[in-house]
Amino acid sequence: MKADVPPSGPPLVELKGISKRYGDLLANDGIDLSIEPGEIHALLGENGAGKSTLVKILYGVIEPSAGEIRWEGRPVTIGSPVEARALGLGMVFQHFSLFDELSVAENIAVALSNEWSLSTVRSKLGEISRTYGLALDADRAVWTLSAGERQRIEIVRCLLQNPRLLILDEPTSVLTPQEAEHLFTTLDRLSAEGCSILYISHKLEEVRRLCRRATILRAGRVVATIDPRASSAREIAALMVGNEVGEVRTDAPHQVKGEILRVSKLSMPPDGLHGQALRDIDLVVRSGEVVGIAGVAGNGQSELFAALSGERLADRADAIVIAGKPSGTLGIDARRRLSAAFVPEERLGHAAAPSHRLSENTLISHAAIEVSRSGFILMNAARRVARSIVQSFDVRTPEGDPQARKLSGGNLQKFVIGREIIRKPNLIIVDQPTWGVDAGAARLIRQALVDLSREGSAVLVVSQDLDELFEVADRMAVIHQGILSPLKPIGEWTKEAVGLEMLGVAQAQGGTRAV
Amino acid sequence: MRFELTPRTNISPVMRAVAPVVAFITAFLIAGFVIWLMGRSPIAAFDVYVLQPLSDPWSLQELVVKATPLALIAIGLSYCFRANLWNIGAEGQYTMGAIFGSWLALNTHGTDAGLWVLPLMLLLSILGGALYGLIPAFLKTRFGVNEILTSLMLVYVAQQILDYLARGPWRDPKGFNFPQSVTFDPAATLPSILEESRVHYGAIFALVAILVTAVILGRTLFGYRLKLTGDAPRAAQFAGFSARSTTLAVFAISGGLAGLAGIVEVSGQIGQIQPSISNNYGFTAITVAFLGRLNPVGILIASLVVALTFIGGENAQILLKLPLDLTQAFQGILLMCVLAADAMVSYRIRFATRGGGK
Repeated sequence: MKADVPPSGPPLVELKGISKRYGDLLANDGIDLSIEPGEIHALLGENGAGKSTLVKILYGVIEPSAGEIRWEGRPVTIGSPVEARALGLGMVFQHFSLFDELSVAENIAVALSNEWSLSTVRSKLGEISRTYGLALDADRAVWTLSAGERQRIEIVRCLLQNPRLLILDEPTSVLTPQEAEHLFTTLDRLSAEGCSILYISHKLEEVRRLCRRATILRAGRVVATIDPRASSAREIAALMVGNEVGEVRTDAPHQVKGEILRVSKLSMPPDGLHGQALRDIDLVVRSGEVVGIAGVAGNGQSELFAALSGERLADRADAIVIAGKPSGTLGIDARRRLSAAFVPEERLGHAAAPSHRLSENTLISHAAIEVSRSGFILMNAARRVARSIVQSFDVRTPEGDPQARKLSGGNLQKFVIGREIIRKPNLIIVDQPTWGVDAGAARLIRQALVDLSREGSAVLVVSQDLDELFEVADRMAVIHQGILSPLKPIGEWTKEAVGLEMLGVAQAQGGTRAV
Repeated sequence: MRFELTPRTNISPVMRAVAPVVAFITAFLIAGFVIWLMGRSPIAAFDVYVLQPLSDPWSLQELVVKATPLALIAIGLSYCFRANLWNIGAEGQYTMGAIFGSWLALNTHGTDAGLWVLPLMLLLSILGGALYGLIPAFLKTRFGVNEILTSLMLVYVAQQILDYLARGPWRDPKGFNFPQSVTFDPAATLPSILEESRVHYGAIFALVAILVTAVILGRTLFGYRLKLTGDAPRAAQFAGFSARSTTLAVFAISGGLAGLAGIVEVSGQIGQIQPSISNNYGFTAITVAFLGRLNPVGILIASLVVALTFIGGENAQILLKLPLDLTQAFQGILLMCVLAADAMVSYRIRFATRGGGK
């Protein structure tokens, strides 16, 4: 499955036999990859497949254990990001490295060498913004910007240095569909001007939209180099995962019955300077249905989760009613005792303690699982629970009862979701159920949530992944700047309508605000 | 050239067990080198520091007496440190416990108050230490003040109060103006375990505290709460463990145990109130807690080892004219060696040359 690219001189960059070993783990195993000038090349793979390691090697952040990098046919050693930039590499990381308090221009100037004064940056910024349609206000403070705008800063920062190769790591994970389309246009233009792009993603559709060649990694090795437009999404996913990925089945007969969760007029001040306030949130989740909440990151999702879980208390008990009981002022344990379950966005450090064994991590839900008696830990019971979660949810573990951090992202997510589902809660609230999780694990998690609802539980899924919500949700709403849009059956939403709500356009146009 | 620490994937239990032994040997070698530089024989010093105290019955008792307050305080501190809360003020809580307990001893002085005095003194000392420990905890939970600063500064406050009491209201009128109180009555004195022995009941308290702590930390939800709070504070909150009550609880516990150590020392050892009632126990116990890796049995062993350096240091001062500061230096060297050995068990050190892909 090798795609044909007409050879015209040496490739811009060529990786030969790159390997990186961490202890016993081979993160990269003899990887070959070449990128032609002006090519948009996709690097596809599940989480943990070795994409980030490879890119960090290319960008000089880490040293390879073996292998060779050739730049325009000439062997080079890239010892640091500074050397990488001098060579003509630019990188936009998945997690932005910006100073919230500084302005756009200041953030760019800080990252550049000293020859750049603030005024040169400002004029250059205007120039690049116009050329590539990357609208940015040089004097706005970064904390007032959306994720899409922040990403533009990172991109402009790279473009100012006239890169020959631009690396983007999961760039659309924080963007609305419209913002993503805008990004693609920019990338197309860059490519047309001869700038090569290495595009890292696990979203197949956008890779097919952008790229003519894709290198697929699995478990640290290249499994195929293909033309993504010539293969179906199913085939590519199968290459990434190593077997066929099925679809989530939502057709099991189910009955939507009484309401389990009712949120009415829930408002909360922001938590800290850059938090998002919640404003008059109304929401009902009934037994037997999956309700989805879409939205761009940072629009109040984590605040909503904290309010619903009881990690932050509301000022009125009746703002949140769980199973008929006003719970707004109850703590998380009391809510768990009402048969509610919660899975936060962060796996490591929030849902699970990284250095603790899986059995110990079951103790985190001690209020709802039988793992303690009159203050004493029932360690055998905890081990038994951990074992049954591992078995029921196909959690792949390196040993019997490993530390949470030894699990891959997908396996740990299966564990923390399994920990809550296994006790058949009447209500489960999940924030980003499959964020950064491989396709196989994502399917299993989505199916488990749907199945739980079909057995009569109420399921609330907060997600930035629209495809996921369209796959699992029966009803959906969009959150924007702490305001929740009306909740509508999934069939009544189109992606465009969701996108408009995500941008707040629908609200501004006076869209209906009723539940 | 630079060096990197890479985590070891498989940590062998043998290495874990051998590490402290290697650390001890290294510490002795370093200390021996320093002593050699000072023109004394390292072998003679080793004999005076270690072998003599361990072969002499009187010194062995003294070892237990000195280890008692260290173990009591360190075991309390282990609650705080496990939860990543930094109580540096055990010395102050120790002093305040001694003051609370001594208040009863001095107020029943000369009366025929009976058996109830001593138990009540012990309870008062725990209360005093706990209340004093709760001050930094409250300041942290209520106003977000850094507990390291407040607990440390409160040490000096407690010491000034003690100084005032010893020189002022509590001074023995018949004491020739020496800044000290009357000697405690037998009813207010912690008895020895055996007759003609210097080892008092404080040693039993320390052992009980160690056993109870071993159970609490290893087997109870409260123990897990501390571990989770220390290792992953957000997960602890998610588990329903409020950071506020955890902070208050561990400061109360460690303050209480430090307070108990204070009265045990005053009532079992010194027998009166004076401006100085501590051998720096409250600060040294921090070293003890970490030498013992915050593990109850480890703390028991570490308290005996550190007590040995105290006694050996005094001997060396007398016999070899070595400065007492050397003792503190040695305690520091020992702690560094143990921490370094632990780090080398968990991590592999690698020297890397820039740019080389080796």
